[in-house]
Amino acid sequence: MSTTTTGAGAVRAAQRPPRKPQRSDRARQEARLGLLLSAPAILVLVAVVGYPILQAVWDSLFSYKLTNPDARHFVGLGNFTLILGDPIWWQALGVTVLLTVVTVAVELVLGFGLALVMNNALQRLRPALRTAILIPYAIITVVSAFAFRFMFDLTSGFMNSWLPFVPADTDWFASFGSAVTVIALSEIWKTTPFISLLLLSGLAQVPGELQEAAKVDGATAWQRMRRVTIPNMKAAIMVALLFRTLDAFRIFDNIFIMTNGAAGTESVAFLAYRQTIQRLEIGIGSAVSVLLTIAVALIALMFVKGFKVNLAASTRAGR
Amino acid sequence: MSARGKLWWWLGGLAIVLYCLFPVAWIVSLSLKAPSDLDNGSFLPSAVTWQNYQLILTGSASELFLPALRNSVGICLIATAIAVVLASLCAYAVARLDFPGKAFVLGLSLAVSMFPVISIVTPLFNIWRSIGLYDTWAGLVIPYLSITLPLSIWTLTAFFREIPWEMEQAAQVDGATTAQAFRKVIVPLAGPGVATTAIIAFFLAWNDFVYGISLTSTEAARPVPAALAFFTGASQFEEPTGAISAAAVIVTIPVVILVLLFQRQIVAGLTQGAVKG
Repeated sequence: MSTTTTGAGAVRAAQRPPRKPQRSDRARQEARLGLLLSAPAILVLVAVVGYPILQAVWDSLFSYKLTNPDARHFVGLGNFTLILGDPIWWQALGVTVLLTVVTVAVELVLGFGLALVMNNALQRLRPALRTAILIPYAIITVVSAFAFRFMFDLTSGFMNSWLPFVPADTDWFASFGSAVTVIALSEIWKTTPFISLLLLSGLAQVPGELQEAAKVDGATAWQRMRRVTIPNMKAAIMVALLFRTLDAFRIFDNIFIMTNGAAGTESVAFLAYRQTIQRLEIGIGSAVSVLLTIAVALIALMFVKGFKVNLAASTRAGR
Repeated sequence: MSARGKLWWWLGGLAIVLYCLFPVAWIVSLSLKAPSDLDNGSFLPSAVTWQNYQLILTGSASELFLPALRNSVGICLIATAIAVVLASLCAYAVARLDFPGKAFVLGLSLAVSMFPVISIVTPLFNIWRSIGLYDTWAGLVIPYLSITLPLSIWTLTAFFREIPWEMEQAAQVDGATTAQAFRKVIVPLAGPGVATTAIIAFFLAWNDFVYGISLTSTEAARPVPAALAFFTGASQFEEPTGAISAAAVIVTIPVVILVLLFQRQIVAGLTQGAVKG
């Protein structure tokens, strides 16, 4: 146990919020213990994520195919110009943006509806609803993808006989529009519960007195929703949007299981997978991965700066 | 609430339950159909049969499914355990101690959790092949930490901030030793949060598909979601639909049990970390 007292430590101790008067070596010990306890987790995160990312950035600068490793040579930004000049990239980016916008928009509206029902449901019903809603959240995405694929399948499915407006021989996965629709349905089914739970906890934070006051003043249910409820849960809505948008942008599992990228349904994450794992084009695949990472970072930046999502609010000490 | 209002919320609740269970019911129904019954065009089987379950548990598809199940359970449990231990230390520090870099710890774990998994797969695929971790348990446990660890740090920090830590000192003032205070006071207070975090982390690892298909090639390490995707090509029988459905039902059972037992805690864990303030 150290008992030395240095000037810097004393200053730091003096600057700390006036909780209780503490000796400076106490503060230094606390700081050292804090660093010591968090170091293993941080080192693991940096090793598991930071190192591969740097490796990917490095690899993306080379023409490098695993089937012919000796021909590896430096091409600078050549891979990036190659990708950005290829319609395949723009198609994949378009599919990803389309799926992200459509699924997140539907999930937000649907999730809000679910949250409202859960918020107003009778006390006795709540555990049952909570259990039901956690099942799509917790189920494996691949299982959800298979359920929806078999549902719409030409031979094993029942949707063609259930839906009156489609011909019995409709192959949902043969054309872009219908394939993307089914992919979006599976994605929406699986992830709406997560959004609705976030929104439900946001609903719980809307002060009840405000609702009562608006009611007394003669506001209709719709006015109360628009003027009282939604503005007061903006933080919850924004956090839900941010989490889901970033999650939707890396969509992969549903596409892999349902179409395997056929009918023009390839997403950016799928493109990266196909280049690296299937075609063994490490250079190109790394470049696609780097571009995807940049896109995700830009979206996060847009939310934090543009929409002023205050993530610090969620890191603040509990009240 | 008026009787009519009540009725509407009941109907809304019923709609939610139907929405949540419909695809699950369908995959269960499909798993009970005989191969000849698969294309009957209706939701329910004409006659219930267990032959799909026989096929994957004792029959020809069991060589594919059972090792995958073992891999999934083992790899996910190890990845969850490591993450929860490391995250407990880290979250304790963030929640309770004053040290420089607290914001960095939370910011880093948030950034990592938002990271596209596929971007890590590309370099790992190459590195793992050259150092011999490709298609091994360790080769999946390590990248799974990128999924389970950030979430565990985040969720546990939120839980630990709610704990009345003063009770530890109170117990020591009352004459308990440090070990006793930890065992009798801190463990019961922190236990539920740690357990909930472990469940959520396990769900995330259990759900992984990208790492599973990219970093494995045989039943030595291939987890269930990846194995399901390769049922089609790898097995001999004509219609893998029934076998896939039965396997899907089996891997969903643990998830449903955990949800039934811990629904309240899971909801708290999911929302506490994300929305606060």
